[in-house]
Amino acid sequence: MSISRLARATGLCVLGLGIPSSFAAESLTIASFGGQYTASQRQAHYEPFSKETGVDIKSVDYNGGLAELVAQVRSGSVSWDVVDVEMQDLDRGCADGLFEKVDIDALPAGADKRAAKDDFLDGALQPCGVGSVVWSNVIAVNEPAFQDAKPQTIEDFFDVERFPGKRGLPKRPNALLEWALMADGVAPGDVYATLSSEEGVDRAFRKLDTIKDQAVFWETGAQMIQLLVDGEVAMSTAYNGRVQGAISDEGKPLRILWDRQIWNADYYAVVKGTHAKKEADAFVRYATGTVPLAAQTGFIAYGPVRRSAEALINPAKAANLPTAKANFRHALAFNSKWWTDHGEAISERYASWLAR
Amino acid sequence: MNVLRLSLGFAVGAISLFLILPILVVVPLSFNPEPYFSFTRSMLLLQPDGWSLRWYREVAESAQWRLALKNSVTIAIIVTPVATALGTAAALGLRHLGGSVRTLVAAVLGAPLIIPVIIVATGTYLFFAPLGLTQSLTGIVIVHVVLAAPFVVVTVSGTLTTFDAQLSRAAATLGASPLRAFARVTLPLIVPGVISGALFAFVTSFDEAVVTLFLASYDQRTVPLQMWSGIRDQLSPAVLVVASLLVLLVAIMMVVANLVQALKRGGE
Amino acid sequence: MRQRSPHRTGWTLVLPLLVFTLVTFLAPIGFMLWKSVYDPEVAGLLGQTRQALAKWQTSTGLPGPEGFDALSRDLRDLTGDGRVSQLALRLNRERSGMRQLIEVTADAIAEYDRPLLEIDPRWGDPDTWVLLKRMTQPLTARYFLSAVDLQQTPQGSIVRQDESRRIYVYLFGRTILVASVVTAVCIILGYPFAYALATARPRMQRLLFFIVMLPFWTSLLVRTTAWIVLLQRRGVLNEILVAMNIVSERSRLELIYNLSGTLIVMTHVLLPFFVLPLYAVMKGIPKQYVRAGKSLGAGPVRVFLRIYLPMTLPGVLAGAALVFILSLGYYVTPALVGGRTGQLISNQIAFHVQTSLNWGLAAALGSILLVIVVVLTMLLSRVTQRGVL
Repeated sequence: MSISRLARATGLCVLGLGIPSSFAAESLTIASFGGQYTASQRQAHYEPFSKETGVDIKSVDYNGGLAELVAQVRSGSVSWDVVDVEMQDLDRGCADGLFEKVDIDALPAGADKRAAKDDFLDGALQPCGVGSVVWSNVIAVNEPAFQDAKPQTIEDFFDVERFPGKRGLPKRPNALLEWALMADGVAPGDVYATLSSEEGVDRAFRKLDTIKDQAVFWETGAQMIQLLVDGEVAMSTAYNGRVQGAISDEGKPLRILWDRQIWNADYYAVVKGTHAKKEADAFVRYATGTVPLAAQTGFIAYGPVRRSAEALINPAKAANLPTAKANFRHALAFNSKWWTDHGEAISERYASWLAR
Repeated sequence: MNVLRLSLGFAVGAISLFLILPILVVVPLSFNPEPYFSFTRSMLLLQPDGWSLRWYREVAESAQWRLALKNSVTIAIIVTPVATALGTAAALGLRHLGGSVRTLVAAVLGAPLIIPVIIVATGTYLFFAPLGLTQSLTGIVIVHVVLAAPFVVVTVSGTLTTFDAQLSRAAATLGASPLRAFARVTLPLIVPGVISGALFAFVTSFDEAVVTLFLASYDQRTVPLQMWSGIRDQLSPAVLVVASLLVLLVAIMMVVANLVQALKRGGE
Repeated sequence: MRQRSPHRTGWTLVLPLLVFTLVTFLAPIGFMLWKSVYDPEVAGLLGQTRQALAKWQTSTGLPGPEGFDALSRDLRDLTGDGRVSQLALRLNRERSGMRQLIEVTADAIAEYDRPLLEIDPRWGDPDTWVLLKRMTQPLTARYFLSAVDLQQTPQGSIVRQDESRRIYVYLFGRTILVASVVTAVCIILGYPFAYALATARPRMQRLLFFIVMLPFWTSLLVRTTAWIVLLQRRGVLNEILVAMNIVSERSRLELIYNLSGTLIVMTHVLLPFFVLPLYAVMKGIPKQYVRAGKSLGAGPVRVFLRIYLPMTLPGVLAGAALVFILSLGYYVTPALVGGRTGQLISNQIAFHVQTSLNWGLAAALGSILLVIVVVLTMLLSRVTQRGVL
């Protein structure tokens, strides 16, 4: 008899029953990344959906990763119905059986009658999730920190001699190692091949060493913006949407450096064992429709993953999207497959680098 | 001599500032009209528009803070009587046990005081997950009781050391039933220990952040967790409001306790 | 008259809490200890492979054909319900690249039954099979080795982790160092304060008591918030210093979100835990002793060193032990104000529970911390002649 089964048996006898959180089907709980991003989803997806169907949506913030989901699904007390996930979490969660499978044929056609399969960008339809936005890892510059020369490239971000000042860095290595290599002269097309060798990883970490003394580390998008706005850092790695929000909504003196942006996508996935599968599926189909996706660009500068949505976007807003032509030169696609294969080892090494 | 005295006085003054100043600084800052964590010029000049109840209003109107308060109070209200009852009984029983058994039992009961809470959190997270006790108030309540009960055992045991076990036996030989002997003789003597134990239990539960962080889902966020995310994700002066209110609460509690003691002393 | 034996009464009263503690406290901790050495996940997925490899001596090169067959059969059985991915991810955690190898192999087997060696040359590498054999053994020392920066080579010898991946020994060291510094500062600050508390006149004593008890009862999160307000770059202290032109706008002091933040806030949080036991001891010292010393003509310094200090040492020891042991497990404070350099071992444990989901490693790190704390407690309680309670 396995220990965990024994534990379960004893536990149930002694402790009585846990209180499972159950939900009536007229409400959905959706977990997403909070701040301005969740606000954009609320306005473009949640509220219109509620109005149309009468299903209430409760919004929950989380910080990515699968820990909370694993706890919910394994313990059988699922309190989230839909989650907004990044691609690498989607892959891993799908393999771990945390998500329901997507019925691709049930997705609505685009506004221009294009079938969903042809309308979504490549890679936006996954077995366990439907893409919603293209967002990007960029460098955000705090303009007042630079009186004379202004940083323009990724090389400048790593050059603390010519551009002195604190650098905001993420507490996880994703996208950062890619930048380190590109700043060290690796062409975007060769980044992942280089990183696949031990020497390539060493090279990236050597580059990171050059700014370690000047680095301040952030964990959430909200912290990142706070550091920039408070003037705690002169530049920071950043998510473009939140920076754009601080610029256009709050008039903060920030600037996005699009050089070598690393773009990525977010997905809606339905949690395995949800009490409201029907409503959750309906929500995902609705939110990833042409109109709601186009509407979202009005609230945050992330690009829609449906081709048919591009025609509906306000041209003034379109210029700020990662996918705008001027911004997309020298862009690198985040390779989530590579990170699934190497992420554990790299994260361990990054953690060790951080601790010293 | 005087030099020694003076330098001691100076040192104690400095240490007192270290202990108390950070806590007191929070209070005026919670009246900041700006979304910053520091004093503005107009605040320092005591201009009326430099002070505002903006963040108090925000906390009062925030559904998240209200939910957090509700959760914290609910948990503490269940935990306090359960931990107090279990702990008091154990303290009373402990005296009757013999030497080495008693040491062993005391060590087991006291273990939650010493074992780092991160270990408790990890263990319960792994152990509770297959039982369906993560993401539930039940799981949190259970762990809080375990963490709080030893404080009750300690405080009640403390009052019992000054208490002569012969007394209750004397009452028994005089014909009092065990229950009566307990109610008339034992209980009045240990009441101070039980009350301060209950207070410890309440505070332990109300303050606990680590186990709750591991076991709670979003719906079960408590006040400490809400403060945690308020500090970590977005430094909003709303956190200062809650902090000030909690400081005020503690200060009132202490003053009342002091007065009660003074009254009692005066009455005797 | 029927009189229950006091012994039985004792057990009846103690049992509820004892059982409750055993089941909901010690059992989870025992479960954690067990998890740190027991990981049946891969064994459950590759049952046939496990049996086939049991007799294989890793020193003899590749396993026999029965090993290859068993793995092919296992992979075929796993295909179709996501368990291939589960296996692939689990093995990938041990060695990068295993995910791809397992998935490619499983696909190829499901499509048309080819021998493993034709699918991928890595199946001709004995190291791949050594990894499989190790991973299919549910009892494992792997997590404990990782927790002390060691690893087992395919040849079976135990060596140190690559330089760039060593972290835990270093963090245990930092944790102990931080605990020592915090304890030392608590002694330095706490002793004069406790002395003043024990010897002051009643009114002064009440004030000092309030000063030490207010932080004691105030929530940990509140105190941490308070220090952030005070110490951050745009915090109260820096604003004052800049306004007084003591530091310049550009060179604001960095007192928080680093090791010094952890040290300052932990000292503040733990100081009452040192002062209170010491005060209890000092209050118990009769004034006559000191007066007697003085009347014999000894100077105040001499009286203090010869009479007072030795009598208060048990209190110092008890307070210091409490502070040191509590410091070892601190999590909230370093997480909130420690930045990069102020993180302690607890933060790594939480990271592996919540973020990396490497629960075996979290359990092993927790177990080591547990052993350190328990051993220290037993040593100290022997020294102070008192139990935990």
